[in-house]
Amino acid sequence: MNGSRLQHMLTLGRFAVTAEVGPPRGANADIIREKAARLKGYVDAVNVTDNQTAIVRMSSMSSCVHLIQMGVEPVMQMVTRDRNRIALQSDVMGAYSLGIRNVLCLSGDHQTFGSQAEAMNVYDIDSLHLIHTLKTMRDEGRDMSGFQLNGAPKMFIGAAENPFADPFEYRVIRLAKKISAGAEFIQTQCVYDLPRFKEWMKLAHQKGLTEKVHILAGITPLKSARMAKYMAANVSGIMIPEVMIKRMEGASKEKAAEVGIKICLETIQELREIKGLHGIHIMAIEWEETVPEIVRAADLYPRPQVS
Amino acid sequence: MIVGQQKPFAEIKASVHPYSKLLILGCGTCVKTCFAGGEDEVAILASCLRLAFRKDGQIITIDELTVERQCEDEFLKEAAPKIAQTEAVLSLACGAGVQMVASRYAGTPVLPGVNTTFIGILEKQGLFTEECSGCGNCVLGDFHAICPLSRCAKKLLNGPCGGSQNGKCEVNRETDCAWQLIIDRAKAFGQLDKLATYVPPKDWRTSYAGGPRKLVREDLVI
Repeated sequence: MNGSRLQHMLTLGRFAVTAEVGPPRGANADIIREKAARLKGYVDAVNVTDNQTAIVRMSSMSSCVHLIQMGVEPVMQMVTRDRNRIALQSDVMGAYSLGIRNVLCLSGDHQTFGSQAEAMNVYDIDSLHLIHTLKTMRDEGRDMSGFQLNGAPKMFIGAAENPFADPFEYRVIRLAKKISAGAEFIQTQCVYDLPRFKEWMKLAHQKGLTEKVHILAGITPLKSARMAKYMAANVSGIMIPEVMIKRMEGASKEKAAEVGIKICLETIQELREIKGLHGIHIMAIEWEETVPEIVRAADLYPRPQVS
Repeated sequence: MIVGQQKPFAEIKASVHPYSKLLILGCGTCVKTCFAGGEDEVAILASCLRLAFRKDGQIITIDELTVERQCEDEFLKEAAPKIAQTEAVLSLACGAGVQMVASRYAGTPVLPGVNTTFIGILEKQGLFTEECSGCGNCVLGDFHAICPLSRCAKKLLNGPCGGSQNGKCEVNRETDCAWQLIIDRAKAFGQLDKLATYVPPKDWRTSYAGGPRKLVREDLVI
């Protein structure tokens, strides 16, 4: 055990709840503290995004440190878009020295989607390579060159998976690859299309993968019909069933958020019945204040205290 | 082939504006095939520039020549007499050709008239697509002859990202997802299971990352 509360929870077989915060576009740390304060006590760990959607923000690592200082356990997200293998390994060591114990390895949104589309990307290594690197660092105490490190960063290693992207038949193979590379927990893309998610979970279960990895299903409450339609049309790898969009459209403007949370709670209810699912990951984008309400209403509060 | 595209006319015109004698030098290999810098393009560009400068009241003499390949001295030496009589050369070759001209004819300013874009193919009439980034260590054998390093926007070696949808890349919905193509071919050959193997990180030393590259063929050196 590396001191990760999230890992401890999952190892004990408790249903985990994680959430997500995006660092500010600026050096004002109060923003990240305020967001984290709303989540404290309601979730087991909080993901801190790494320049998400390729928009320049306060670094994930420093934001994670602000969370640690508040007693909130962070999951540091790392994308391979902006840093080469030298910088990534260096930052993992630094992050561990600062008390960060969970890392989520991602390839990251392509920079052409961001605010500085003219930037060069890196993509020296991919997310699987990063997972494998963290595992080698942790289990063998060696960096990518084979050098024996003076102090191994012992991270709890996470990866993302998108059951809604194509090609579907390869999605479970890719999940298996991530697990053999070293992923110990998976946080998925937002689940709206439950039948497809269940199909993916079934395949993962049949291949014995749910025994080898802790899968946390992604949840994003819909705030309005506009948001639902925008996400369905513009965000890659997000599938929102037509019936769900219709429900959002059917609600008055004042009631839309309420309906969105209701849908979210129904989804959580169904997710909890899926064999092999070990938790949920709530990504309430710029709507962190709703997380406590969701966690309470889903009967997931108080969070179990594990030492 | 090396695919290129002629620079915008206004940019070319502004770059040659300071000279009164100009040689437009075409290249008869790659850029000819992609309609950017062969003899036809040289002739059309020369006519357009003559007209444009005449309209402005500026006198400029424009000569034309196309050699088989600007990147080979054997062909480029044919340009010597014309280059001796010009103030500047507007080369419609790829970046390699432009630099070869500059190196061989060091006393003459050379301007690029083409944006060199990529190593690619003529997919269909009027459509060129990038297929190779010249990484120096070909991996096509591992990926059913589809290159993830040059055809995946994230150079992913271990499968598609979450942005692959309906066979298309999230970065450009008109671009095929390289990984969809790899998987389709693997399936067709009954080898999908092989794509379950972890592919280690790329050694970039053979690529541009290792600094400007040189290839020495001892057997050919004289």
